[in-house]
Amino acid sequence: MAASAAEATPAPEAGGRNHGLWIFLIWLPTAVLADVLLYFVYGPHMPPGTMSDSAASQQFDIKVMSVLAAPVMIFVLVYAIYSFTVWRHREGDEEDGPALYGHARIQATWITATAVIVLFLAGFGSYELAWPGFAGAGAGEGPSPVWKPAHGTPIQVQVIGQQWRFTYRYPQFGGFESPDLYLPVGVPVQFNVTSLDVIHDFWAYQLGVKADANPGVNNVAYTTPKNVGAFTVRCDELCGLWHGAMTNQGQVVSVAAFQAWAQKTETQLASITALLPPYATVYDPTVVPNINKAMAKAGIAGANGYYYPPNDPVQP
Amino acid sequence: MAIETQPERAQGSGGGSPARGDGARPWWRRPAIHTAVLGAIVGYVLGHLLGNFLTGATGAANQYPNVALSDSEDWPIVLGYLLAVVGWFAGLGVFNDVFRQMLGKPANGNGNGHEASGLARYFRYSLDHKVVGIQYLVGMIIYFCTAGLFAMAIRTELLSPVNHVFTSQVYVEIVGEHGTMMMMLMTSVIVGPFGNYLVPIMVGSKRVAFPRIEALSFWITPMAFLILLSGLLLGGFPFGWTGYAPLSIQSTVGADAYAMAFGLMGISMILAGFNIIVTVICYRAPGMRWSRLPMFVWAMFTTSFLFVLAAPVLVAGMYMLLMDRTAQTAFFEDTLGGSSYLYQNVFWFFGHPEVYILALPGFGIVSEIIPVFCRKPLFAYRVAGAGMIGVGILSFFVWQHHLFDSGINPDMRPLYMLTTELISIPTGFIYLVALGTFWKAKIRFTVPMLFAIGMYFNFLIGGVSGVFLSDVPADTTEHGSFFVMSHFHYTIMGGLIFALMGGIYYWLPKMTGIKLNSRLGKWHFWLMFIGFNSTFLPLFAVGMAGQPRRVFEYATNLTGLNDWVSISSYVLGFSILLFVINFVWSTVIVRERETGNPWRSRGLEWQIASPPPPGNFDQVPVVLSGPYDYGVKDAQPVADLHPPVGVVTAALAPYSSAGAEA
Repeated sequence: MAASAAEATPAPEAGGRNHGLWIFLIWLPTAVLADVLLYFVYGPHMPPGTMSDSAASQQFDIKVMSVLAAPVMIFVLVYAIYSFTVWRHREGDEEDGPALYGHARIQATWITATAVIVLFLAGFGSYELAWPGFAGAGAGEGPSPVWKPAHGTPIQVQVIGQQWRFTYRYPQFGGFESPDLYLPVGVPVQFNVTSLDVIHDFWAYQLGVKADANPGVNNVAYTTPKNVGAFTVRCDELCGLWHGAMTNQGQVVSVAAFQAWAQKTETQLASITALLPPYATVYDPTVVPNINKAMAKAGIAGANGYYYPPNDPVQP
Repeated sequence: MAIETQPERAQGSGGGSPARGDGARPWWRRPAIHTAVLGAIVGYVLGHLLGNFLTGATGAANQYPNVALSDSEDWPIVLGYLLAVVGWFAGLGVFNDVFRQMLGKPANGNGNGHEASGLARYFRYSLDHKVVGIQYLVGMIIYFCTAGLFAMAIRTELLSPVNHVFTSQVYVEIVGEHGTMMMMLMTSVIVGPFGNYLVPIMVGSKRVAFPRIEALSFWITPMAFLILLSGLLLGGFPFGWTGYAPLSIQSTVGADAYAMAFGLMGISMILAGFNIIVTVICYRAPGMRWSRLPMFVWAMFTTSFLFVLAAPVLVAGMYMLLMDRTAQTAFFEDTLGGSSYLYQNVFWFFGHPEVYILALPGFGIVSEIIPVFCRKPLFAYRVAGAGMIGVGILSFFVWQHHLFDSGINPDMRPLYMLTTELISIPTGFIYLVALGTFWKAKIRFTVPMLFAIGMYFNFLIGGVSGVFLSDVPADTTEHGSFFVMSHFHYTIMGGLIFALMGGIYYWLPKMTGIKLNSRLGKWHFWLMFIGFNSTFLPLFAVGMAGQPRRVFEYATNLTGLNDWVSISSYVLGFSILLFVINFVWSTVIVRERETGNPWRSRGLEWQIASPPPPGNFDQVPVVLSGPYDYGVKDAQPVADLHPPVGVVTAALAPYSSAGAEA
């Protein structure tokens, strides 16, 4: 919008200087410089990084939007600062300004330019969301996702939110439930996010995955980790007293290490898995206290189905 | 057009003879705030006892074990609040005239008829829109400062990620109180004081359409405020201002205070909105065409439509929440046929228009201030009006962008992305208007102008960050983080509250005939502007770095940024304190008179004395030209305040096709 608005400024008065041209000349190099810095210098370090394809898609979107937003903001600022220096009221000048009620060409240009930018952004965002390479950009897509990874069988991980802890079930490994989150690198992951009590939100920051954990709802999100390393999981929806402490670390490891870990844990936890309700996409929260009792009978404490009664917070 | 040429007789300060009857009573027997408090206390006790009786006698709450997390303690609290509200109204005398007229007696202005002047009328159920405006102004400043103190407490807790000032219980209570108080009460922060006070004057009317409804809309707000605060005594509510359902049903009785207060405030919004809509449509003076309506009136008009269309949805949501908590219905209970998505949809169907309820009045104020201090007509008046209407309409079609990651309607996200981004077109109009008005202007940097410019600066950042949030992939990182928090503080605190401050400095001489100290005002502006940006700009980075909202513990590598923000927030808090000091100092102690038109404004409200006389105008004025004709040689006066006899009567004659457009 900026360029067009400057170009459409009214012709200068005789003898006056061409304010529109001045504003344009200040704006153009500033905007170009800002865009270059944003895209090439700061761009590769923009959050949330590039640890997975969905994180990369978010980083790319943020980068593109920054590059579009900066010139617009700089135009408004340059114009405003220019006005405040050039057109400020001088002492003793009691005349009013010119009676300028509008300018058809400028108004039309502004409206067209903003509309073009906005429609481009909407199209761009939709394309990014639907493009198979990004597979829904890591956002929760509900029980029947429309945008899935193009190829590869995803590893399924069920994320179970409860006050105030996340646990993970691995249905392809006998459905064991663990407080640890391990993922293989380079393989698509399908998170099935659900909750046992209130609404939580599974946010794996570096992986660029965010999906609400709703009770009774299976919310699916996809990602493909690209690098080995640790990532942070936080609850991103206020869920009660210890919402701020509902966090843990996940690990992206090599495929072999993941297989080894999963098979070892499956055997280790077999006796506990037998006590759990069979793997399902959602669980009836009323059975949770019963699980808790079963756990206590088996002498097991910890995160595996442990249930904090409301109003009785246990410091994690 | 239905124009009353005389103020309503019952309108106390509208002239006319003092009402009979109640005037003879001693002051403590006349309905006022003290009788209202008494009524509220009696009502609460009665309601509480009734609730205890109901739950004890019938055990209704125990018959549905599936909703086991709700408990019977809710009954006495909810019924107590309900009857407290009724008692509060009864004590205020809200029902007096209603019953008098039902019994065939004439209305007597709720015993207020004799209160033409004096401080006491501000503590009564006054039917004078100027009194209601001042009541709102003082009330809103009190609510804003209370909620601001909670914000200071939040920032104090966030000074350190590991050392805690508060327990997690107290912290979530504070977060909930701050958010809810700001979001529910600040909806009326401009419509209340300036809308009620100025709209009738700006359209050339002697009165508002529904003085009783207007007064009621104000007197609901102290009750909503007190009920919300009383939630702290009941253990608070741990779910912020959004109150997402399974959590808000699970919570203890503090949640009843939340639902009750928010629902009440919804009713107040509906009432305030109706009054302003009808006043603008039906009470414009002859010659006040739609195309001559000041931009501020357009803003109030569109905001009022959002009030009456969006707030009922909120009231319904809060009602369902209260029913789930007390009567054990299952609107939001997944296992019993309800849905937690229903609450989110209902809440945001109100909540997103509400965001524009919190933006449009600010646009209105700055559009009013800028032409005056640029000494130029408002650039592209019709574009500005179209912008406000466009924002108002589009605001009803975007609410699901709050649910982008929730898993509902995932394939419809591109649609909501589109509608959300479309809103930036009409919002951009506001900037076109401002930049066009600056062109070759004579800009005077008075305190109101500084605040208006500050509003444009802040809203630019707020608006552009909003476009980032509308993009689904980018939103996946930003949703629910401090980025969002910073974004809406930029639009609401940076937009609405800056505009409010500009409006106070601009219109207080009009409303009270007293000037605010402008040197202190400039200190206030610069401290607030720098403190505000220094507080909220780093929070975008904090959010992008992965800090979720409403947490009391965060990653230790973010300690530096959080400390910077906390210290800046104290500067921001101090600037508000400076404002309160300036306000009290100027209006109570110094009282420097300013009765004329200090800004040389062409607004109709500035053509009459300050403060305006009872009934605003001696006669209904005839409006001759638009409010922004600065720099026009031989411009007509804005209005003929003393039109020749017969002009108004002729203008009011029944419309005939041959008649000119009035």
